[in-house]
Formats: sequence, C-alpha cells, structure tokens
Amino acid sequence: MFVYVLRRIVYTVPIALGVSIVCFALIHLAPGDPLSAVIPEGASPEAIAQIRAAYGFDQPLPVQYVKWLGHVLTGDFGTSIMTRRPVLSEVAPAIVNTLTLATAAILFGFVLGCLLGVAAGYLAGKPADRVVTAVSITGVSIPHYWLGMVLIVIFAVNLNLLPATGMGEGGSGSFGLGWDSLQYLVLPALTLSVIPAGIIARSVRGTIAEVRKQEFMQTLYAKGLPARRVFLHVVKNALPAVLAVMGLQLAQLLGGSILVETVFSWPGTGFLLNNAIFTRDLPMLQGTILVLAMFFVLINLLVDILQTAVDPRIKRA
Amino acid sequence: MSSVATARRAPVMTGVPASPDPRDRGGPAQPLLIVEGLKKHFPIRGGLLGRPQAWVQAVDGVDLVVNKGETLGIVGESGCGKSTTARLLMHLIAPDSGEIVFDGDAVGAVRGLSVRELRRQMQMVFQDSYSSLNPRMTIEDSIAFGLVAQGTAPKEAKTRAATMLRMVGLTPDMFAQRYPHELSGGQRQRVNIARALTMSPRLLILDEAVSALDKSVEAQVLNLLQELKRKLELTYIFISHDLNVIQYISDRVLVMYLGKPVEIGPVDEIYRAPKHPYTRALLASRPSMDPARRMQTPPLSGDPPNPINPPSGCRFRTRCPLAEPVCAEREPALGSVLGGAAHPVACHVHRPGSGHSAAPAEGARS
Amino acid sequence: MSHIALAGSAAPPKGRRPATRSFWRNVLRRLMRDPVTMTCLAILALIVLAAIFAPLIAPHDPYRTSMARRLIAPGDARYWLGTDELGRDLLSRLIYGGRLALFTGFTPVLLATVIGGFLGIVAGYVGGAVNMAIMRVIDIFYAFPSVLLAVAISGVLGAGIGNTIFSLTLVFIPPMARVAESVATQMRAQDFVEAARATGASGWRIVSAHVVPNVTGPILSYASSLISVSIVLASGLSFLGLGITPPEPEWGLMLNTLRQAIYVAPVNAVIPGVMIFVTSMCFNLMSDGLRTAMDVKQ
Repeated sequence: MFVYVLRRIVYTVPIALGVSIVCFALIHLAPGDPLSAVIPEGASPEAIAQIRAAYGFDQPLPVQYVKWLGHVLTGDFGTSIMTRRPVLSEVAPAIVNTLTLATAAILFGFVLGCLLGVAAGYLAGKPADRVVTAVSITGVSIPHYWLGMVLIVIFAVNLNLLPATGMGEGGSGSFGLGWDSLQYLVLPALTLSVIPAGIIARSVRGTIAEVRKQEFMQTLYAKGLPARRVFLHVVKNALPAVLAVMGLQLAQLLGGSILVETVFSWPGTGFLLNNAIFTRDLPMLQGTILVLAMFFVLINLLVDILQTAVDPRIKRA
Repeated sequence: MSSVATARRAPVMTGVPASPDPRDRGGPAQPLLIVEGLKKHFPIRGGLLGRPQAWVQAVDGVDLVVNKGETLGIVGESGCGKSTTARLLMHLIAPDSGEIVFDGDAVGAVRGLSVRELRRQMQMVFQDSYSSLNPRMTIEDSIAFGLVAQGTAPKEAKTRAATMLRMVGLTPDMFAQRYPHELSGGQRQRVNIARALTMSPRLLILDEAVSALDKSVEAQVLNLLQELKRKLELTYIFISHDLNVIQYISDRVLVMYLGKPVEIGPVDEIYRAPKHPYTRALLASRPSMDPARRMQTPPLSGDPPNPINPPSGCRFRTRCPLAEPVCAEREPALGSVLGGAAHPVACHVHRPGSGHSAAPAEGARS
Repeated sequence: MSHIALAGSAAPPKGRRPATRSFWRNVLRRLMRDPVTMTCLAILALIVLAAIFAPLIAPHDPYRTSMARRLIAPGDARYWLGTDELGRDLLSRLIYGGRLALFTGFTPVLLATVIGGFLGIVAGYVGGAVNMAIMRVIDIFYAFPSVLLAVAISGVLGAGIGNTIFSLTLVFIPPMARVAESVATQMRAQDFVEAARATGASGWRIVSAHVVPNVTGPILSYASSLISVSIVLASGLSFLGLGITPPEPEWGLMLNTLRQAIYVAPVNAVIPGVMIFVTSMCFNLMSDGLRTAMDVKQ
C-alpha cells in the first residue's frame, strides 16, 4: 500500500514536469512578440534588445525553460506586466476565491446529485427513473454560463432576492461566513453545481442499482433486515465511487469555473485568466494556468490515493 | 546440433502416407517437429520503478519430438505451461531461448525457415471461447481471412472457405453468412478447425480444443479430427488437461509439470505402466465407476508449487511420495526424446546411478 | 462426410438462407424503437435543415444593424424573437448561428476521433514501449482540465474559428485516445486476433480487419457524447471572446454581447442560450440512446 502511494507520487513527477513544459510552451505559441505589451511604441532596436534581455527572451528555449522552472520552484512566478506585482501575489488570493466557489459548488452538487441519484436508483426501471435521468442529463448538457445568466435574471433582476455579481461589498478581503457575504456565493455556486450534480446523480444511480442487484443484498433482504439498515449498506458500498467522482469534479471545476466567474464577476483565477488574456499579460497567464494545472494534478493524485485506501478491491498493478 | 543429426537416423513411425506432400523434405523417417530447450520466463513488475521483481518460469526447458502423421498429446494440470508452449511453438510469443526444427529446417536460422513460412505449415486451433471468432465477421470471412491476407483473391478464398466448411461437416449455404453468436459451441469449434485447415498446414496444434464442449459434442469433434487427420495427412499436437481425451486421441503422450516435461512415451505404455510418480498420481486420480477401485486418500495432495519460485532440484519432490534428499540436490534430466519407442522419464528413481535408493545400479538398463 | 452429424443445429426450411443480423443493423433497429432518441433526432433534423436552408427561411439579414430598432422584445410582429443590442433580428441570427454551432460541434470531434482513435489503436495493438510513449504524452495533456486547456490555447492563439477548431480538437484528442487504447488493448487479447496473427497476416491488415470493426462501436459512442460538449465549449469560448469573432451570429457570442442588456431586456439576453441548451441536450440524449442500443449483448 505504501509502496503504491510512493509509486503514484513518483509517477506524478514526470506528469508535473510535462505540464510545466506545456505551460512554458504556451506563451511561445502565441503569435506576435510575447513582449508586445511591454515594448513601448517606436522603441529603438537597442531598447527592444535590452528589454528582451531583461526578460531573458534572448536565450535559447531550453535554457529559458530551465531558468523559468528554477524560478517557479522557488515561488517566483514572474511579474505581471500589467500590475507590476509578482504573479504569485495576484494568483494566491484568486485561487482561494476559486476554491471557495468550487467547494461550495461541489457541496451543493453532492446534495442535489445524491438526492436525484438515490431517487433514481430506487426507482430503477420505473418511468420516474427516466425523468430523473433526464434531469441529470440536463445537468451535463446545460451551458452553465447561460444558466448563470438565467438565474441572475430570475433572482436578481426580477425577484431582487440575491445580488447579481461580485463577491461582496468589501471585496474578497472581507468575505466571511455571515449571510452578507454568503449571499454572493449562492447563485454562482448553484450555477456551477449543476454539472457535478448531474454526474454525481448518474454515478449514484448506477452504483445503487448495481449494488441492489448483487447477491449479498438478496441475503440481507432474506435475513429480514429493515429497509433503513439495508440502505446503510447500500450507502457504504456506493460511497467510494461517489467520493472519487466528487474529487475529480472538484478538480475539473477549478478549470471550468472561468466561465461562471466571468458571468458573476467573481474575483477568482478564472477572472484573472480572462484579464490576462485580454491584456496579453503573458506572465500572469502562464502563472495562473500553471497554478491551476498543478492543483488539478495534485487533487487527482489525492483522489487516487484516497480511493485505494477506501476501497480495498482496487489493486493497481 | 547433434539432435538433428541423429534425427535422420530415427526409426520409422506410424503409417506411411499414401501420396507424399510436396512440402515434405525428409520423408517419413524425419520427425516433423523437434524442439530443444524451449524457455519462456514472464517478468513480474513491481516495486518503485516497475522493474521485474520476479520471474514466472512458465516454460522452463521443453524438449519434444513430433513424428509425421502422429498425434502427440500434451497433458498436465492448469498452469503447467501447456498453452504457453503451444504459443511458443507458433511463435505467437517470442521464446527466451530454445530451438525449433521443422522438418529438418531450423526456425529463425539464416538458411532455415522463417516464422512466416513456418506459419504456412503450422496452425493452431484455440479453445472454443466466444473470443475465438471475430464477432463482427461472417463465418466465411473469418475462414477466408488468412488466405486473403497471404494474397489470394477474395473470391477464390471464399470458395475454399466453403470447401473447408463442408469438410468439417457444416453446410456452406447455411453457415457461411452467419455470425459467431448464431452458432453453438460445437459448430464454432468446427469453424475454428476449418479456419486452421484453410491454410493447408501440415501440423495442427489443438489447445484445449474440446475442453469447453459438452461430452456428446466433444465426441463428435474428436471423431471429426481423426477423420481429417487421415484424409489430409496431418500431424497433431493435442493439448488438454483431460486424461481420457488424451488417451483416446494420442499416439504418444508428453506429461508436463510446472513448465517442464516429466515423461514422454507411447500412449499405451504411459497409461498402462506410468513411470514418473507424477504421471502415476495423475492417472490414479481419475475417478472410476468400478466400486472395487475405491480410493481412500487422494493420490496427489496439496497445490502445485509456485512457478515463480519452483522447488530446487526436482520440481515435483514436494508432492512426491518417493522423494529423497538427492531429489532436492539435483534436477533429474529427461534424457533423449528421439525415437518412436522412446520413453524418457525425468526422475531419479529411473536413472541408473542417480543416488536414489530405488534407482537401478549404474550401467543397468532402466 | 454425411455420417458426421451437425451438432446442435435444427433443420432449416429447405432451400432458404437464414436471415442474418449484422451488429449495426440491430443497433439501428433498437434506436428506431426508442421514442426519446427519435424525438431528439427530429429536433436535430429541424435544426440542421434550418441551418442548411438559412438563406431561404431567415426572415431578415442577420448582419443588418439598426440603432432605431434595438432590443425589441420578443413577440413583435416583424421580429418574432425580438432584436439584439445592435438592432439585428434575433431569429435570423439564431438560424444562421445553427450553422456555426453544428460546425464547431462536429468538426473538432471528427478530427479528434480520427487522430485520437488512430493513436489509441496503435498504442493498444502494438503495446510495449510505443504504448508507453504515446499514452504518457496523452497523460500530460490529460492533466489539464478541458475548459482550462481550451481557454489557454485559444487565449494564446487568439480568437477566430480556425483557432477554435484547433484548440477544441487538441482538447478532445486525449480522452478519445484513451478510450481507443483501452478497447484496442482488450481486442488484442482476444483469441481471434491471435488466430489472425497465426496466419502470418501483416499488422495493418489485422488491425483494419479485426481490431477496427470491433472498436468502432465504443469509439463512436464516446465521440457522440463529445459533440454536445464541443458545442457548449465552443460557445463558451465565444462567450469569453476567444472563439468566433463578431459580427458572426454565434450563439455563445450572442450571449456575450447581450449580457450588458440583461437588466433592460432579460428575455432577449437568454434566448440564444436556449438554443445551445436544446441542441446540446438532444445530442446528449441521442448519444445515451446509442450507448444503450449498443449495450445489449445479442
């Protein structure tokens, strides 16, 4: 078991390296000069050469990569061209905001998904099951940024119940656990929760239907166990798979939040990414993508390890 | 290679075929297949970097000879390496070491037989599982595939496929256009045989070919195999764990244990007077309908040892009633497998001067 | 030969060949019986036809702006679904937008299926070092969440329909390759592939005759589920300003530009999203139906 964990971690290192190479290569994919945002109009060739040297762009690519990697590993993600502040200092609070949103979305999604999934699992085969399945397919088909807009229209514009955008009066700094702050979380989290809800519902439904069919369940029924206790058994068997799905969805939401954050002007990494793209702030772009990708890899790794710990049947070669 | 040299002097085997096969190179006296020292070890990967930590010694030094026109039965428990041996012979798996000589030509040698040419003369029939036939291909296409792949025109290949279907007892009109899932197990096995024979092989390896069939169907397929062997002048290697089937169909039998042959001999001799303790135990473990032959204790106890770490010396010694210290020290050699009447045994008891208390004296005939 | 009995086969009616059911014909039969799939097919057919015959059925020019007729609410006699923030007829733009949606839905999936499928099948059949090399590179791209990867690539390359197709194709190749590799590896282990190898056929022939027909099913099923993702993702990119550029009538782009009007004309603002939703949902349901139809063991 320990060896497996160790092996998994060791295996992640080349993946992480590969991810870093892709992130590095991205800005060199960009058409045009990466420094076009920095170089002032009409600058002389000597000035341009100086600026390029200052940013290290005059070196051959592999050298640049190694230097960049060295910086990254010491926490230096470069300096934002726009704000002139270190990228990491911009990304750090942003990712906290995104994680807040993603976690809330996962929790909503879990509750919704479980309710739907349990209902569908117990109704398997009956017409109501198809309805529930349709609802969960809706969850994965719906363009969630559109759903956000619809919710804004309903709750903010028409009913004026919840705020439309932003993270609160004082911005992300003063975000607390009171309703003043949390009310800003409701709509975006709900919007984002639809996708994991759909996927969790399908996963729960599938697992429940499968577990109920298994032979040991027949034994439990035959023993005369009350339905409630049987339900607990079902939950126990379904839990590992659901937890795995949740973990993976959390990771996906980190990347997928960009659209919802844009709709709700939520100051997370997605919002940051958006700005970076439009101001061609390449260090910021690179840094944000790298941080997000690394989180993704990390969460996947944790989910993998946890899953093996929880479910002894999964023995990886 | 001395074995090849002596092969040409081996005595004549079973019936002489009526008309000689144009591909025949050495005449009836030359064995069709000689195998020496065939080995295959599979790595088990584990640990931090996935390095091989241990090796499964699936096939560990197999010697055998198959004479023209005979059926060699290979018998043994599950996991003894029979199927791996079959795949090694067909070169579906690359052997780690060993020599295969087909009708006098060494396989893989510079002036010998290429694997591609070998496959034109040697084919295999697999155990009937749903996976032995492509579920998306009609029977006709499945049979004709080999020929088409070798360059035959599709129409001609289909005609030949129809001929082969007829030869195994299936009406082409009814079966050519069907799909495997529409056939019964026995019918699918006939198709398997037809597919193998389409390539006009001289040697057919049958790997558990009847093991998955009901007994009545099994009998029909076995009879079909006998008839085909006569008509088409085939040679068979028949692999099975079923002792009765082996006895019925084989001319000579090779008994395998844990990746090594332990005894080879004519079928009657093996079944009537088995020499190796394992063979004896195997034959004695067949349930009998005769109430007078009741068994009190099972002749073979315990599970076969792990092929990853086989016992030192003789591999069977952990389950052998005749085991002695010398059996743990030295591995008994099989001896020469050539010659039609040969009956080599890999056991110290039958080896003069081996050091076993029951062995005959040095120089005596075993 | 006559004395060898035909094991287990009933005597057929004289002189008639039994009807054979090929796999795909069965799948088609089952699909046609499913009401949900057929409804979705009907809706999609409507959308496709509307897209093809857009010039004939669109009531107005989708590009013609008019400051005087901005943000007319739906239900108007001349502009059935109203107009957008630049005075363009929403209905016409929706109809023309169907073309872009279908194009951005199908093309990346098609390309990714061919490329990813090829990579996966090769990796699955050949195995060994080749498999490791291909799959490890795939793993690296898999380490990015799909939306992030699409945004990142489109972000660096810039907006435009070509870049969008490129970016989405790149996003879909890894999952497609994984599916293909997984089924190809399963097929490789089957006895009939061994038998084909035993006949001395070349690797290419075995793959095309034996492996490909057996893996097309799962691959196509997975590809069909990607179409709806592609549509939503493409319009998402346009929504961010990274996909199709104005003044093209792309549904996601329309959502973007209408967003500013959300307080003034909320209904107009959300209409394009309905189209995205309906189209995506139909493709998803159809893909589900396809998977169920292929699932039943014959």
